[in-house]
Parts: sequence; structure tokens; C-alpha cells
Amino acid sequence: MNTEILGVVLQWVCLVVLCYPLGRYIAKVYKGERTWSDFMAPAERWVYRICGIDPNVDMNWKQFLKALLAVNLFWFLWGMILLVCQGWLPLNPDGNAGQTASQAFNTCISFMANCNLQHYSGETGLSYFTQLYVIMLFQFITAACGMAAMAGIMNALKGKTTKAIGNFWVFMTKSVTRVLMPLALLVGILLIINGTPMSFDGKQTLRTLEGNEQVISQGPAAAIIPIKQLGTNGGGYFGVNSSHPLENPNAFTNMLECWAILIIPMAMVFALGFYLRRKKLAWCIFGVMLFAYTAGIVISVSQEMGGSRQIEAMGIAQDMGSMEGKEVRIGSAASAMWGMTTTVTSNGSVNSMHDSQTPLSGMMQMLNMQINCWFGGVGVGWMNYFSFLIIAVFISGLMVGRTPEFLGKKVEAREMKIATLVVLLHPFVILVGTALSSWLAVYDPELASAWLNNPSFHGLSEMLYEYTSSAANNGSGFEGLTDNTDFWNISTGIVLILSRYFPIVGQVAIAGLLAEKKYIPESAGTLKTDTGTFSLMTFVVIFIVAALSFFPALALGPIADYLTI
Amino acid sequence: MKKDINHSLFNAGLIKESLYESFRKLDPGKMIKNPIMFTVEIVTAVMLALLVYIVVSGDESQGSLAYNFIVFVVLFATLLFANFAEAIAEARGRAQADSLRKTREETPAKRIDRNGQVRVVSSSELCQGDVFECVAGDTVAADGEIIEGLASIDESAITGESAPVIREAGGDKSSVTGGTKVLSDRILVKVTARPGESFLDKMIAMVEGASRQKTPNEIALTILLSGFTLVFVIVCVTLKPFADYVGANITIAAFISLFVCLIPTTIGGLLSAIGIAGMDRALRANVITKSGKAVETAGDIDTLLLDKTGTITIGNRKATKFWALNGCEVQKFVRLCVLSSIADETPEGKSIVELGREKNVLIGSADKDGAKMIRFTAETKCSGVDMPDGRRIRKGAFEAIRKLVETAGNVFSPEVEKIVRKISQNGGTPLVVCENERVVGVIELQDIIKTGIRERFERLRKMGVKTVMVTGDNPLTAKYIAEKAGVDDFIAEAKPEDKMEYIRREQQAGKLVAMMGDGTNDAPALAQADVGVAMNSGTQAAKEAGNMVDLDNDPTKLIEIVEIGKQLLMTRGTLTTFSIANDVAKYFAIVPALFIASIPSLQVLNIMHLHSPESAILSTVIFNAVIIPLLIPLALRGVTYKPIGASALLRRNLFIYGLGGIVAPFVGIKLIDMIISVFF
Repeated sequence: MNTEILGVVLQWVCLVVLCYPLGRYIAKVYKGERTWSDFMAPAERWVYRICGIDPNVDMNWKQFLKALLAVNLFWFLWGMILLVCQGWLPLNPDGNAGQTASQAFNTCISFMANCNLQHYSGETGLSYFTQLYVIMLFQFITAACGMAAMAGIMNALKGKTTKAIGNFWVFMTKSVTRVLMPLALLVGILLIINGTPMSFDGKQTLRTLEGNEQVISQGPAAAIIPIKQLGTNGGGYFGVNSSHPLENPNAFTNMLECWAILIIPMAMVFALGFYLRRKKLAWCIFGVMLFAYTAGIVISVSQEMGGSRQIEAMGIAQDMGSMEGKEVRIGSAASAMWGMTTTVTSNGSVNSMHDSQTPLSGMMQMLNMQINCWFGGVGVGWMNYFSFLIIAVFISGLMVGRTPEFLGKKVEAREMKIATLVVLLHPFVILVGTALSSWLAVYDPELASAWLNNPSFHGLSEMLYEYTSSAANNGSGFEGLTDNTDFWNISTGIVLILSRYFPIVGQVAIAGLLAEKKYIPESAGTLKTDTGTFSLMTFVVIFIVAALSFFPALALGPIADYLTI
Repeated sequence: MKKDINHSLFNAGLIKESLYESFRKLDPGKMIKNPIMFTVEIVTAVMLALLVYIVVSGDESQGSLAYNFIVFVVLFATLLFANFAEAIAEARGRAQADSLRKTREETPAKRIDRNGQVRVVSSSELCQGDVFECVAGDTVAADGEIIEGLASIDESAITGESAPVIREAGGDKSSVTGGTKVLSDRILVKVTARPGESFLDKMIAMVEGASRQKTPNEIALTILLSGFTLVFVIVCVTLKPFADYVGANITIAAFISLFVCLIPTTIGGLLSAIGIAGMDRALRANVITKSGKAVETAGDIDTLLLDKTGTITIGNRKATKFWALNGCEVQKFVRLCVLSSIADETPEGKSIVELGREKNVLIGSADKDGAKMIRFTAETKCSGVDMPDGRRIRKGAFEAIRKLVETAGNVFSPEVEKIVRKISQNGGTPLVVCENERVVGVIELQDIIKTGIRERFERLRKMGVKTVMVTGDNPLTAKYIAEKAGVDDFIAEAKPEDKMEYIRREQQAGKLVAMMGDGTNDAPALAQADVGVAMNSGTQAAKEAGNMVDLDNDPTKLIEIVEIGKQLLMTRGTLTTFSIANDVAKYFAIVPALFIASIPSLQVLNIMHLHSPESAILSTVIFNAVIIPLLIPLALRGVTYKPIGASALLRRNLFIYGLGGIVAPFVGIKLIDMIISVFF
């Protein structure tokens, strides 16, 4: 028991300690300062030359967004073609067929959106070729996209008065070459050492101890898993994600993979501090996020380790905690920790079945995704926090008797309109989606029984979780839901597109608009955003606006579930 | 006039008028301007329809008729309360404006026709450009500019100041305001604004709400609040299928109550009242603002340009010391000084005579006989007297006298320079005196710094406002006074262009600048400044250029204006926080009440232990409604501004209105529930 808690604490410490230097390094990379990774520069120049990019062009926010959306569209089409045609392409030793158009559409959208809501199983649904040149490639690209967007915002907030917010292509390329690649390489090597396969051979047939024959899938898993974690992608190589013994062989790899989920999102907060030379602001934001993350861990770990009251009542010992849906080699505490880590970010990889966790853990997982800015996805998580920051700045600015300003720029009606819409979108898509499916389930009980393993409160939780996960671009699921139907494919697909691109466009636009404004020097009357009071204010705004709007839904889902079982 | 309204926030007449107005404001066409309260109106209409349905069909599956009726009444009251808040703010503004307007009702005007004939017409017939005559005892019929003559005028009707002021043609004191009274002499006035279109009339219209436009901050806040409202529309609408799915039955009244309680009705209902009250407070301080935006901008001011004279120092300088040159007998020197000033009507001249009297130097009328007074001219820059015995006594600025002395071929003693520097370093102004083009000594004039001004500047500094003193003095004197008064910066030997230049420079650095001025040459700077306050006594050009007019002609008014602006923003911010913080308790009151009937185990969430689902819902909507009128006084008076630095201010307001906003409804709802539970 205590060892398990120690493991959780150790992991927490490793994250907090290492994110600070990584943040400093990332800031240096985006600033174009000298770093140890400068040996990548020739490779980057080569990329620019091939793609016809002029790395010296400074874009305004509209050009920046155009580039971002264009690159996404291009890779989307690329992915569609490869997935449909994968049956005829090389590196397909298992002879898996091409995906249908609708399935390919869903796969492409969900991987482009950094969500990785997988409605297929990696072992049968993809070839090695598409695993590498669609899945892995997208996992790099979408993570880099998010990071580049944040770099653009940081650049916009740094300038005194400027129209230019930086070059999207440069930010994106550097995110891959200087941050994602080196880290993925390191994690990949460690995984291979611990037994994760990295080969292009087909399935292996083994004779088990019982004498049965078992077919084991393998492939270039160690190449994909690191970026799946680091880029907050979460789409596993194998169908059951990191609970698969080849994807996550032992306690060390479990810790490593869990660390990899959160390290970049955490580091991005400090990158902001170093980039803007506002370390105190970074510490304040980090403090709020870390507090919320840690509170979630404490609740979830204690719930999972505590086990189930019903089983307790039956007189069955639960020394290991609630073990339903969990791997024995990982244990309940590490599973709970992973559950929190994967939902505060937009990762969505799992090492246990979230559907089987205790109701309050499930609720915390949903809350994390419903708030979607406690560290969040790489780059985009902080950007979501930024939207709330703008709202908090606005209200607190008024409270001290001044037109609100953030980092020396006035926050006015246009920015408020965008920030409000961005913040509004999240509860909108989640609640409307869940309402739609609930409504269908009520009026067509047959549909309900086809979709859901569980009726009533837990059934509602399963639907709520699915939309929450899609809207947060998370990709994990309460797998009790049979989600590979037209309804779920299409509705979650729409949610995915809206929740990925709409906020990015909005947040970059806010930063771009702020950048164009006149810089106002700080005075004694200026609201300071790097204080404990303001951090508390931001937390309260997020809690009341984001969390409490889900309170009625959660009361009928996990809370009722918890109180009635 | 200033005081009598301050005392009664509400008086019977105003309340009656406002109550009537609150019903008139229910017109959906008017309500739609306030999106939050408009949604309340819609759901109230739905409740009404439900009531009709229950009465007609007798179907009580949606709760009893009495229960639904109470919910409807409370919602309707919420609407009325919000309208009442706006109405009373408007009524108070109107009352204030009316008392100003009384002074400008129909007055006869003696219009001078083109052929020079005087015809008595009504003031309302005057057009811009018309000329009318006023003699002692007449009331000035319209705002205008004196084109001929000089008169003493009683402006107490506008400013409340009883001492009459002198207004004369030409220069910076040529403007007269309609409604003031001419006490002596005769003036010809050219009408500059048609009656009904003067600043005051524009202001009155603004306070009355007819032409009030939302300010930028108000628009941004409305967007945010509408966003919140939309979130709660979604939360409540989607709850229906959720509840259906898990088999919980929720009545329409419960849905509507949840919605109305969650949306920010408190701030939504008070928002426009706060804005009107802000302009009203400015008017109460006798400042006419051309727009609500100007008041709001005043709260953001970073730099304040203040004229030294009248603002920092008491009007005029006073002679404080006679410095006789070596070789000149003191008593004789003092006598010369007094002689030179005997016919000098300027305050400086008078103070020299006074100081001489203290030194026992008295000049009889005999001495004055035959003496020829030399007036100050811009050319000579000195004044004095030519005595019958041929002595020429002159006093003037250092440079002017030096020129005079050196032209006459006399030696200018270096000792004079020494004294002059000494005086300047002490913040004094030297006035060199010479007799027959030979310097005999120097008179020291000192500025008297107003008492309490240092503390006011300290207060401004804590607000984050930089104060800049503008003066025509030399840099040495300016520096001394600046330090003594505690201003942050100064512009010495200031010309109107310097002011302009300074304002531009500050604005380029991203700062907002406020200034006050009265002269025509101030007009460009007044227009350039973000907040330009023109004195009512100033020229028409100055008044047109600025965005506020101070009726009291009080230069320290700027400080008050900044505070009014800050108060306006703060009141909005704190009430928004309060309103949103209220939601925490409301969730815990209503959400359990919605589901307890179908899911009894959710009783755990009923942390307030409210009596029954019905009483919980009723007490929450009642609290939600009642809080609006309870906060009206705060909205009208404004949250008190304390210059304690932004972070401390945030902490303080967050504690009072944030924490208070979370706790108050827990207490309030529980209390109301205890009362209701007696009946239900």
C-alpha cells in the first residue's frame, strides 16, 4: 500500500522537478537563442527549403492561423488517402484491409484534433505503414501545431505593440526537431530496453502454458508510444492502450509513460514565464494548475485504493483497492494517478478501464476534462487557461477601478466576445451532445440497450464522458459505451472539429488583437496578475464558470451513481 | 443645492415616479436592450402561460396552482426590481438636472436686431449668433460669449458659489452661462448655443437615459454576462433529457427557477443603474460630462496635468520679504517698493502695500499727488510710478529690469543676481525694483501652497496617478514648489504648446492624460487630453474642446473626477463578482431540490437542510429577487474607493464581495426557507 503511494509521490516529484528546466529550454528554442540542440539547424533549413518556407517572414495573427489551418487540411487529406488505401501499401505483414471512408474520416479527424478517439483497434485496423505515416506522423504534427500556436501567443504577448506574432512554420518545425523528437527518442529507447517491441515482423504465434495457441500482435510500437504520451495524443498502438503488456510492460515504463504525458504541458507554463520574462506569473499559473491536479490525484487515489463499499460488505478483502478493470502489475494507486494525469491533459491514453473506476474517480476525470485547462494538451491547455485568464482579468480589473488590462494591453469588448464564446463552446458541445444522445436513448430504448452496458446513472455517465472526452480532445472513454456506430462517429466527429479549431482560432485571435494594442506601462493602479490573490480569482472563475455548469449533469451521473450503489 | 439631494437617496416622490416607470419598462422592446433581464421576462411569460393552463385544465402535475403562482409573482417582482433600479437612478439624475434646469426656464431676452433695435423676445426664440443685451438685474438668457462690456455676475444658481465673478469681453473670461444673473454694468452677449442645445441640456438628456449610450466597458461586461446567461440556458435545457433518461421528473417551475437563479440577474438588473449613477455622481460634484465614456476614462487616468496657480497654490503670490541692496537704507527701499505699487491693483501689488504697512511704511495721499502711474505692459514687462520730483520707480521681472538698467548705461550689480538666485531656489519669485534705472533692491514674492494638497497628491500616487504641475515660473522656482507640494513632475516656463507636447509624449508612452483648462489657448491641449475638463468660466472654445465642464471652476475637481470614474468601474466589478459567487449556494439549494423526489439519496447534497423541494426553490428565487432592491443603494452610491494599491484593493473587494457573495445566499436562503417552511 505505502509503496504504491510512494510511487505516486515519486512520479509527482519527477514531474514538478523536471518541468522547470525543460520550460527554460523550450523558451530558448522559440526565442531562437543558442541551445545544445542547434545541431538540428541544418535539418530545419532543409525542411524549410523543401517546403518553400521563408523562415524570416513574421506573420500577423490572421496569416498565422491560415498557415495552421492549411497544414491541418493538407495532412487530413493525406491521412484519408493512406488509410483507405493501406491494404495495397507496403509494410502490411498482417494483411489488414483498408479502412472504410467513414472510419477513415473519423480516424483522421480524431488524430488531427490531437484527440485520438479510436473507433478501431490498432492490431487489425491499421497496417505498420499507416501506424507510422498516419498515426505517428499526426501525433507529431498535431502536438507541434498546439505548441506552435502557444508560441505564437507568447510572442504576441511579449511584443510591446506589434502586428507580427512570429512564423508558424518555424515554431512548428522547431517544436518537432527540438522538443518532441529528442524526448520521444529518449523515452522510446527506455521502452525498448524494458521490452516494448520495435520490429516490422508480423504477428507471432505462441503456445501458452495451458497449451493453447495465441496470436500476438507486434510491430513498431516503441516508435509510436513515446509521442503518443509526449504529444498528449493518447492513441495507443494496441487497442487497449497502455494496459497492454507490450505497450506498458512494467512499473518503470508505467511511471515513465505517465511522466511523459504531463511533462511538456507542465513545462509549457514555465516556458511562458521564461519567454515573457515573467517567471512569477508562470509560478502563479503553475500553482493553480498543480493545486487542481493534485487535489484530483488525492481524491482519485484514495477512492481507488479504498475499494468498493459493496465488495467490502460482502466480506471480501480489498487490500489492493478496487481492482476491477485494472492491471495487477500496475495497481490501483498508479492507475488512479494515470487516470488523473491523462484527463488533466488532453492525452486520453489509459492504463486501466476508466469505466470500471469508482464513481467519484470517474467524476474527477470528467471534471478535469470539462475544465480542460489544468495543464491541458501541449500548448492548447495553457491557451484554454488563457481564455479564463482574460475573463478573470476583466472582472478583477473592474474590481480595482480600471479598464482591465493584461500584460499591459487593454481587454475590451472584442476580446471579451471571443473569450466568452470560446469558454461557452465547451459546455455547449458537451451538454448538447449528451442531451441529444439521452433524448434518443429515452425515446428508443432499443438504441439505448445497444449503446450502453449500464442503464440509469452510470449510463448517463458513459454518454457524458464520451462527449466530454471528445470536446476536451482527450480520446479516452468509458468503454462501456459501444461507440463505433454512425451516430457516435458523426456526432463526436463534429464535436472534435469544433472543440479543436474554434478555441485555437479564438485564442490566437485574442492574442493577436492584444498585440496590436498600445502598450500601457504598469502603475500603482494596475492590477497585477502575478499575485496569489489574482491566482485565487482565476481559480474561482474557472471553478464557478466551468465546473459548476456541469454540476446538475454530474449530480445525475456520477454523484447519483456514487450515492446509490 | 449640492447637499439637499445627497441626504435622501430615496424620497417618496422619486419612488412613486420610479415605480410607475418600472412597469412601463416591462415593454419587451425596451427590455431587449438588457439581454439578461430579457430572458427573465421570457420565462416569466412562460410561467404565466403555465398558470393559465393550470387554471383552465385543472392539471396539477406541474405542482399546485398556489406554488406556481408564487413562483410567477416572484419572477415578476424580479423584473420590476431590476426596472426599478434603473428607474430610480434615472429619476435621481432627472431631479438633479431639473433643479439645474429651473434656472434656465423661459427668461425674457433683449435681442438686438441687425439695425440696432432692442426687442424683448423669449429666450427660446434665440438662435445661435444672436446678440442680446444684459444690464444689472437681468438674467442671462442663454449660454454665450460677451462681445462688449464687463459685468459682475452672480453664478450661484449654477455653481452654488455666492461670491460674484467678473466677466468681460475678450480674453479668457468672456463666457456667460444661461441662468446666471448680471449684478452690475451692461454687457452684450452673443449666443453660442441654442437654448436646449447647451452642454447642460445635453447632459440632462443623457442622465434621463434618452441619449445614453453604453460605454465600452459596459458593452464588454454585457457580452460576458450574456455569455454566462447562454451557458445557463444550455445547462437548464439539457437537464431535461438527462432527467428523463434517469427517470427524474422535473416541473417547469423548477426548471425556470433554476435558470433565473443561475443567470447573473443581480448585476444584470443593476448594470444600467450603476452607469447612470456614475454620471449622476459627476453631476452632483457639479461636473457636466459630455458622455458616460468620459467618466469611465477618468478612472483610467495615468497622468494629471494641473495648473500651479489655483490648484496647487492659492490664487496669487504674496510679497514676503524686502531685500535691500547694500548701500540702500532698508526703510527707504521699502518706501520705494510701496510707492511703486500704490496704484497697482493686482494681488501682488496689494500684497506689497500690505507688507509695507507691516513694516510701518505708510503712504499718505499727499505722496501720491502728481505721481504718474505706469501700467504693466507686455512690452516693458514692468510697472511703476513717475514721481512729481522726477524720480522714476520701476519694478519688474529680473530680465526686464536688467535691460532697462543696461540700456540707460548703468552697471547692473552682481549682488542682485545673487539675491535673485537665492529667492528662486526658495521657490519665490523675485521682483527687482529700480529707481532712476539704478537697482535698489528686490521684493520676494512667495506662492502659498494650499493646505492638504500634499495629502491629495499622495492619495493620487497610491492610485497610480502621476501628477504634473504646469507653471509659467522659472525651473528653479517650479522645482521648489513641486517638491514642496509633492507633485511628481513639473513643466516650468510653460507655454500652451508645452502642455500639448507633454500630453502627446505621455500618450505615446501609452498613458491616459487628464487636464483642466479655461483659456482658448488651452483648447488644443484639452482636445488632445483623454479627459479634458474645461472650467465653466472658460471660453467657449475651451468648453467645446474638453469632454467635461466643471461648473465650480475648481481646479482640484480633477481628483474627484478620477475617483468617480474608478468608483463606477469598481461598482460594476464587485457586483458582478457578487452575482456570480451567489451561484455556488444557489446550485446547492436548487439542484438537490430538483431530484430529491425521484432520487432520494441525493438528499446528501442538500447541505443547507432546506425544508422541502418546494420551499428550497421558492426561497432561492425569493432571495434572488430581493437581493436586487437590497443592493440598489450600493449601486447608486457606488463602492467606496480606497487608494491602497491595486492588489490590496482586489484582495479587499474579493473578500467582501467574493466571499460575501458565496456566504450571503447560504444564510439568506436558509432564513427565507425557515420562514416559508411554516406555510409549506
